[in-house]
Amino acid sequence: MAILVTPETKVMCQGLTGRAATFHCGRMLSYGTQLVAGVVPGKGGRTHLDLPVYNTVAEAKEATGASASLVFVPPEHAAAAMIEGIEAELDLLVCVTERIPVLDMVRVRQALAGSKTKLVGPNSQGILAPGIGQLGVMTTVDARRGGIGIASRSASLTSEVVLQTTRAGLGQSTTVGVGGDPVHGLSLKDTVELFLNDADTSGIIVIGEIGGTDEQDVADLIKSRKPKKPVVALIAGRHAPPERRMGHAGALATQGAGTAADKIKALEQAGVLIAPDAAHVGAAMREALM
Amino acid sequence: MDLFEHQAKRLLADYGIATPVGETARTADKAGQIARRLGASTYVVKAQVLAGDRKKAGGIRFASTPGEVETASAQLIGSTLVTSQTGEAGAPVEAVHIEEAVKVAQNLYIAITVDKRSGRIVMLASKSGGEDIEARAGKEASLIERLDLTLAGQKLEGDLEGLAARIVPNEPLRTGLATLMRNLAAAFVGLDATQVEINPLAVTVDGQLVALDAKMTLDDNALFRRPELDALRGASKSPADPSELEAQAHQINYLRLDGDIGLVVNGAGLALVTHDLVVDAGGRPANFMDIRTTATSLDIAHGFGLILKNPAVRAVYVNVHGGGMQRCDTIAEGMGIAMRRSGRRVPIVIRMAGNNAAFAATVLKNNGIDYIDADDMAEGAAAAVAAARREAA
Repeated sequence: MAILVTPETKVMCQGLTGRAATFHCGRMLSYGTQLVAGVVPGKGGRTHLDLPVYNTVAEAKEATGASASLVFVPPEHAAAAMIEGIEAELDLLVCVTERIPVLDMVRVRQALAGSKTKLVGPNSQGILAPGIGQLGVMTTVDARRGGIGIASRSASLTSEVVLQTTRAGLGQSTTVGVGGDPVHGLSLKDTVELFLNDADTSGIIVIGEIGGTDEQDVADLIKSRKPKKPVVALIAGRHAPPERRMGHAGALATQGAGTAADKIKALEQAGVLIAPDAAHVGAAMREALM
Repeated sequence: MDLFEHQAKRLLADYGIATPVGETARTADKAGQIARRLGASTYVVKAQVLAGDRKKAGGIRFASTPGEVETASAQLIGSTLVTSQTGEAGAPVEAVHIEEAVKVAQNLYIAITVDKRSGRIVMLASKSGGEDIEARAGKEASLIERLDLTLAGQKLEGDLEGLAARIVPNEPLRTGLATLMRNLAAAFVGLDATQVEINPLAVTVDGQLVALDAKMTLDDNALFRRPELDALRGASKSPADPSELEAQAHQINYLRLDGDIGLVVNGAGLALVTHDLVVDAGGRPANFMDIRTTATSLDIAHGFGLILKNPAVRAVYVNVHGGGMQRCDTIAEGMGIAMRRSGRRVPIVIRMAGNNAAFAATVLKNNGIDYIDADDMAEGAAAAVAAARREAA
């Protein structure tokens, strides 16, 4: 089985009738995803892509039994849409919207605290569980059902590592893009933890990059769990020039500068294998599994 | 959007936070006039750059006469300031801020920022502000007091009185600091900031709290609901390479670097690792490029054109992974348009994978583009480095 989604997971799309949502939901349907409803305030009662459209998340959940939502709502209204999904007690929200104000995401995180909902994103390519379904905007051409779980901060590198693990004959259990925004739902560490507990995932690939402390948190988790399944990490930006900074508050709040070297060191010390470069991530995992 | 000190101070003053009397000048002459108008016994001349640690780098000077202000300003304006936060290239100084110097009894530190790990807004405060606070806090964690804040409507709530009491135990300063903290929290939400830092926050010899410096970053993604702040955008832009701004208008993140291998990549993560791979192979990238998923073939033609226009470029490496939205053939088409427009011949190495990779090869052929085909992105990087070396020879 995959993480976060099962073949039984029914999905609604908030913002279904928009142009990009229409395009990607069409792709999701042809991939076999159980997309069963749309939610667009004021457009309840219509059909779109042959799917019923409801005014609210609660109505769509009640009528169709959908427990997950793909949030495809413009940035001005995205936070309200996510909070609606949390209040309707959905199990899973995936938000692909880019450019949501940070304070809005702080409000979403406050709503998530103590709720039953898991949020992936925003600014995420979404979740792909080959052979089960797709909640997101990624390409599926190179994906094959298999045993590798991919937890990633980068959409483009996820597709790349999907290709490499398919070529290596391994395939993927699930890929999760945690999203590029500073305040987001599921973290890289949370995702790795789900993979550690998933019997169908035999190896975990972590795709990190410079900035933040997400990878250090993964290192702490691996250090304490000492998993039997191999964990391979790719850190993007090893040779990136240091970023210009404004003051000290960022560093004082997170206690870390977020350089590639710091992340690689922390992961290595925790027993994570570091891929030599981005072209050899699949090969590193194949070797680790042998 | 990062703001210059003088912009941040003006915004904070609107929220009732005291700042020294001062004005901004773009010429030494104007700086002298400001000083004469202020008529102070001591002046501070502060280089306006979007980075911290200016004092140690000589970006903050003291002067006792308007003449000295003029001299210091003449040295600073037009110079490049390299601080521990600017990177090696430094930041060009286009303006100075002239202030009346304040007699300081104690330097405090106060900031509000977003803790990415917890997803919460946090206030940081210290009774020992000023230079090197980060290094000092690294050695002594108790130097910084933290308080998590909660957003309730348009207000940030938390025990500000308790935090203020831990910084300055005695009245009336304690109540004054709590009020300043509340004002700073109001500014943070009201301006949709992602960071506000006052370092140092001076306690003057006559017991006033004055923000001697201010660093503020506003959320670009919230400017749609703060139209009055959008006007600061033009004024706060560092004089970047105009081609970077041009690329932005075409859905492309482009940053000119000093190497000779032009990079064409879609996606920020893939762009970072392509840069890594070229450096690993012994090459030097001429630019960083991330084509966004929303770019059309005409936008891509524009971005590719910027690389072809760069005379330092000896070879181009195209490393593309077609996604759900940005397919390989769109990028191939954009390259065809740019090549036709430019007419420049330069070796091109292409590695394409993902959505419509095979079709893109046909598009490239139909456009008559000669290129070295790479199957793997490390191989592609090595081929591009070798091609650039051949051109240099």
